[in-house]
Amino acid sequence: MTAKAFTRPLMYLILALLSILFLIPVYVVIVTSLKPLDEVTLAKMWALPTHIDFSSYAEAFSKLAPNFWNSVYLVIPATILSAFLGSLNGYVLSKWRFKGADWIFTAVLFGMFIPYQSILIPLIRFLSHIGLYNTIPGLILVHVVYGIPITTLMFRNFYASIPMEMIESAQIDGAGIFKIYRHIMIPLSLLGLVVVGIWQFTNIWNEFLFAVTITTTDQHPIMVALQNLSGSQIVQWNVQMAGAIIAALPTLLVYIFLGKFFVRGMLAGSVKG
Amino acid sequence: MTLQPETKTHPTIKPKTKKRLSKDRWLAFLFILPSIILIAIFVYGFIAWTGYVSLSNWNSLVPDLSFVGLKNYLFLFHDFRFQADLRNTLFFTILFILCVLILGLFLAVLLDRKIRGESVFRNIFLFPMALSFIVTGVVWQWILNPSTGVNLILHKLGLKPMWYTSVSVIPGVEWGKIQFGIPVAIIAVVIAAVWQMTGFSLAMYLAGLRAIPEELREAARIDGANEFQVFTKVIFPQLMPITVSVIIIMAHISLKIFDLIYAMTGPGANFVTDVPGVYMYETTFRGNFYGNGAAIAIIMLLFVAIFIVPYLISSRKGGES
Repeated sequence: MTAKAFTRPLMYLILALLSILFLIPVYVVIVTSLKPLDEVTLAKMWALPTHIDFSSYAEAFSKLAPNFWNSVYLVIPATILSAFLGSLNGYVLSKWRFKGADWIFTAVLFGMFIPYQSILIPLIRFLSHIGLYNTIPGLILVHVVYGIPITTLMFRNFYASIPMEMIESAQIDGAGIFKIYRHIMIPLSLLGLVVVGIWQFTNIWNEFLFAVTITTTDQHPIMVALQNLSGSQIVQWNVQMAGAIIAALPTLLVYIFLGKFFVRGMLAGSVKG
Repeated sequence: MTLQPETKTHPTIKPKTKKRLSKDRWLAFLFILPSIILIAIFVYGFIAWTGYVSLSNWNSLVPDLSFVGLKNYLFLFHDFRFQADLRNTLFFTILFILCVLILGLFLAVLLDRKIRGESVFRNIFLFPMALSFIVTGVVWQWILNPSTGVNLILHKLGLKPMWYTSVSVIPGVEWGKIQFGIPVAIIAVVIAAVWQMTGFSLAMYLAGLRAIPEELREAARIDGANEFQVFTKVIFPQLMPITVSVIIIMAHISLKIFDLIYAMTGPGANFVTDVPGVYMYETTFRGNFYGNGAAIAIIMLLFVAIFIVPYLISSRKGGES
């Protein structure tokens, strides 16, 4: 008992210390972003601002706004389309398994682990050939295609929990593959859609390699624009930190309000659900 | 658990339904055919195409696909920058995985002990997972800036780490064209990457710990095991599959890492923080050395495949039993 009485406060102490370490970046980012430029000196990095100043947010937003909207136009259709494809594939691969389906599934899954550098050169040639290079629709196509493995995996695991008896009794009642999908699977998919949607939203919003190679200045999504803020001659750290907050806000809000589903997606992505 | 329609047809199914079933099976295949074709082209076709480019003479703005054999690969293995990349990737991967595993497991064990405010702590460690590597890179570049950031505090303790601006390699044995050892600058990148990814191993381990029945621990305790033995002899072996998963997922992230390093440090002086992903991007899209870039990409793919292919095949088998 004495050992326990001693270890529990110690556990809280360790957790508190580690939490502070993990939150240091949050403190620095917020404090820096709220300072006017003349207070953003190397010596006063940790000091609180003398007065709260939102000018760096205004400046960061004026620089990032077009790219922020590019990301919005990219992420919404790409998330919806890839969730839909994933749901369709997951339905077939869990309930209508055919010979060789497992091998095909494994071959598809490999696509989510490849370094995208290994497809980038042909991809860009292909996109410029079909006129989608440097366009948001081009990026949407790319994210939908390379999202197939992960969304298929998530939906396949998700649908595996819907009992086969439900499908069979619907078949006896004369329902075909479409009807079963529309009237049984889709209504039961809400949780799966939320998990997959959040996962794809976060990934596509945060993605950088496709964004920086497939688009140029005007079409750049937010992450490329954020990275380019630091490319300028004088680094205005307050503007950059405000920019980082603006760029991170959508996925952070999703995490704050729907974090439970985000974590589910994360666990489902490790192949074995 | 999942019954397959083609092996288990219901005994009372009418002939008409049977006919529909076989039609439906074709339809099912048609449903996923577009995805299969897309993956076949965009993953496998494009990899083959990249492989072809890597064997070609295309190292200028004008495509030149004449075959040169392994010339681009030989160039890379004699290249100072690529040798540095291999060294950096090796040590980055080892340090990153070790830290993520140990810290994640440690936090999971603590949080599994019915901690008050557990969800608050859990979210503090998990939220960086929702951020972009670009955001992480931009932020940590500021925090680990040698002239400010954490150094303002460390200077008072008499420490003056150079973080990502350091060019030293420890121990720095001559090897090929480079100094072999741990590049000190890479530690700064490891810190940022661990900050971001520890949440993953924490969540995996926490899920694993909660799946272990309490009776197992009780039984061990009754057999006279102390808490430390319960952990090392009972709990940890149970967590082995999770450890393997985390290692493989983290290894493949680390082997293809690009955005974090690109945003935080770039290649660094003497390429101390360069990695194949950054080299590939710069040489291909800034330098127009497509053949070299393709060769780097194929080498990256092979590294990832070494980890991923056995993992996929084994989890396929595991999924069937």
